[in-house]
Amino acid sequence: MSRYELRFSGAGGQGLITAGIIMAKAASIYEGKQAVQSQSYGPEARGGASKSEVIISDGPIDYPKVTQCDALLAMTQEAANKYSHDLKEGGVLLIDSDLVKNVPPGNFKTVAFPIINTAKNDVGREIVANIVALGAMVALTGQVSRENAEKAVLSSVPEAFLELNKKAFSMGYDKAVAASA
Amino acid sequence: MSKKVAFLQGNEAASHGALYAGCNFFAGYPITPSTEVAEVMSAELPKIGGKFIQMEDEIGAMAAILGASLAGAKVLTSTSGPGLSLKQELIGYGCIAEIPCVIYNVMRGGPSTGMPTGPSQSDVMAAKWGTHGDHPAICLVPASVQETYEEVIRAFNLAEKYRTPVMVMPDEIVAHMRERIVFPEPGEIAVEPRKTPTVPPEQYKPYDTSFGDVPPLAAYGTGYKFHVTGLNKMQDGFPTTKAEVVQAEEERQVRKVEANVDDIVTFEEYMLDDAEVVVIAYGSTSRSARYAVNAAREQGIKAGMFRIKTFWPFPDKQIKALAQKAKGFIVPEMNLGMCAIEVERNAQGKAPVLGIFRVDGEPINPDQILEKMKEVK
Amino acid sequence: MAFDYDKYIRPGKLPHIWCPGCGHGIVMKGLIRAIDSLKLDTKNTAIVSGIGCASRLPGYMDCCTLHTAHGRAAAFATGVKMAKPGMNVILVGGDGDGTAIGGNHFIHACRRNIDMTYIILNNKIYGMTGGQFSPATPTGAKASTTPYGNPDPAFDIAKLAIGAGATFVARGTAYHAAQIDKLIAEAIQHKGFSVVEILDDCPTTFGRRNKFKSVIEMMNHLKEIAVPVKAAEKMSAEQLQGKVLTGVLYKEDRPEYTSEYAKVIERAQAGK
Repeated sequence: MSRYELRFSGAGGQGLITAGIIMAKAASIYEGKQAVQSQSYGPEARGGASKSEVIISDGPIDYPKVTQCDALLAMTQEAANKYSHDLKEGGVLLIDSDLVKNVPPGNFKTVAFPIINTAKNDVGREIVANIVALGAMVALTGQVSRENAEKAVLSSVPEAFLELNKKAFSMGYDKAVAASA
Repeated sequence: MSKKVAFLQGNEAASHGALYAGCNFFAGYPITPSTEVAEVMSAELPKIGGKFIQMEDEIGAMAAILGASLAGAKVLTSTSGPGLSLKQELIGYGCIAEIPCVIYNVMRGGPSTGMPTGPSQSDVMAAKWGTHGDHPAICLVPASVQETYEEVIRAFNLAEKYRTPVMVMPDEIVAHMRERIVFPEPGEIAVEPRKTPTVPPEQYKPYDTSFGDVPPLAAYGTGYKFHVTGLNKMQDGFPTTKAEVVQAEEERQVRKVEANVDDIVTFEEYMLDDAEVVVIAYGSTSRSARYAVNAAREQGIKAGMFRIKTFWPFPDKQIKALAQKAKGFIVPEMNLGMCAIEVERNAQGKAPVLGIFRVDGEPINPDQILEKMKEVK
Repeated sequence: MAFDYDKYIRPGKLPHIWCPGCGHGIVMKGLIRAIDSLKLDTKNTAIVSGIGCASRLPGYMDCCTLHTAHGRAAAFATGVKMAKPGMNVILVGGDGDGTAIGGNHFIHACRRNIDMTYIILNNKIYGMTGGQFSPATPTGAKASTTPYGNPDPAFDIAKLAIGAGATFVARGTAYHAAQIDKLIAEAIQHKGFSVVEILDDCPTTFGRRNKFKSVIEMMNHLKEIAVPVKAAEKMSAEQLQGKVLTGVLYKEDRPEYTSEYAKVIERAQAGK
């Protein structure tokens, strides 16, 4: 079965639910696959733990939650510690190298770069860190093409911020390729 | 021409389904995890000249939709557990006064405030037994975003057809999950109009059974003057305590639904032909069950699923028939055994009923169901 | 020629349920005269009530009538008015129904300033259930649930309405029958949420427990305590001790809710 499971985890307010939604939208609307996005969150609008899960498949998706994760994004140390254990052997872990200092051990590939700092310094706005992370996840997972993912980004963000998000997405994509080389 | 598609959340799809069905009035009160419905309706209804109102509380929201429905509107409210509890008295009012309306209730953990962001399926009994007194109950339990859209339309249709409140109850997972949805073209799904009077105003009675068990309902402000009350009433809408009238009217109200179960009850049978182990599931839990059934078949276990789409009226007939041939039922649900009671009632001891009950805010995963299947001998 | 009340009464629905000496019938006649004086189309007039003795009033009236659940008249009526803003919507109910169990809906209807008229028949007691104290029962009064005298302070319903944002507030009494129709008519004509509190009496459950010897004595009491607002202007605080102001107590022009919502529709349709 072609089921592929992704988890975007970190803190509330980091935009991870949005990143998950865009990934799933790219797969289901633009890539012609099927996708389900779900989430869990606490009562806080900002802070607290946040988790967005995306299942991508060529066929119908039954169980909408992660069973064994193929790709994990961890934007906090807490998220890295909590979720790396059910990462598949040979799966991929993407972490923000400034925020996750203790890389969890396991038989998976870890890719690290300063995601938030890329958004802040290279793109120019910290708020697009989630799109930087999304670009990186698209590059690392290969589930949707770069073009389709970019279309999904551009159809999901306010018109005034198209260029900013496009840049964030590209930066993330390229940095992940470089970091995993 | 290709159809319009979108990547939507269950709650958003519910709102668009309501609009497709002709909903033109929404009253609500903010509550997690159903507030997105109110948000979409507040944006969309005025565009079509419809009305949105955020009321002072859950009870007020229920009251406002009943009032608006009597004034001819097609009405929706959305809520979740605690809000459903608060609305119950007026849901009963809608049943006895026979006012079409749709209540969209997202199931979260309970009782009381419980777990506002956690999924649950523990409101299904409240859908039937929540308000006091005997009354009809229709409750739909969708399992996907597309189905939520379609079932909300069906809820509006049933509310009009049977002149009664109808509930749509997704669990929080379905309500907040996002999937691709394909929108039907206008006219593709039939929309049931309200049965309005054919007699002149001076002959009109709001509960005139000469038109059958579902009498036509006039709208206020259209020339028809009539009385509506929450008291037991006569055919002209005025209160009565006459024993034979009260008995007959109560029985008719319940009969409207009970005599039409074949029209109302919907379900899905998945790999049931030779199934020995039958999983009975609904809502998001049915998605875990389908996954588990597929996995079981790969292991040589003859498993199948009966998916409940209409929780009330309960699919008694179908489950009674399954009990004749199944070796055992497995009922996974995010409560401490509500559907299981109904399955046991229908199994009548002919097949054991094994429950998987979770109320910890986590979904029931396919492995749990697969393991339980192995207990059926 | 005597006024013909019958044309507004539903055939066959009288006699009413109210006790001899109850003022509710006086108020109903006042409402009928008000409807008649304004030539309201009864087909386009909804009368909405909650639960209680006063809430039985709509059933007798040949209009679009809605006898809702306890306390919920204002919320049901809000739905009716929003769905059909062109309808005249009149609410009728008692003090307990409107300000205790229905208090939240009441204050929010006031706040929205939705164009409806709420006639509150304040007899200071839950009559239908046998005389329990209500939020309008005076401190010290006897009720079936205050056998040692009422420890609760009472609401001033008119002040509550003004405080909550009602834009027309009037008060009358069942004794001053000739004034009732005029107050109600002015309230109905007012664009916005209007409240008419009618001080009324329940001889059966309030009077007998509180040493009123007769209905006439209760009526005389209403006569004695009522002071028209104009007359009150010339009276000292001392003279006003124990008195209740009657007439139009408050009136202001403020945007009305259904008109404001019509603007929401315009903005939504213009894409703004």
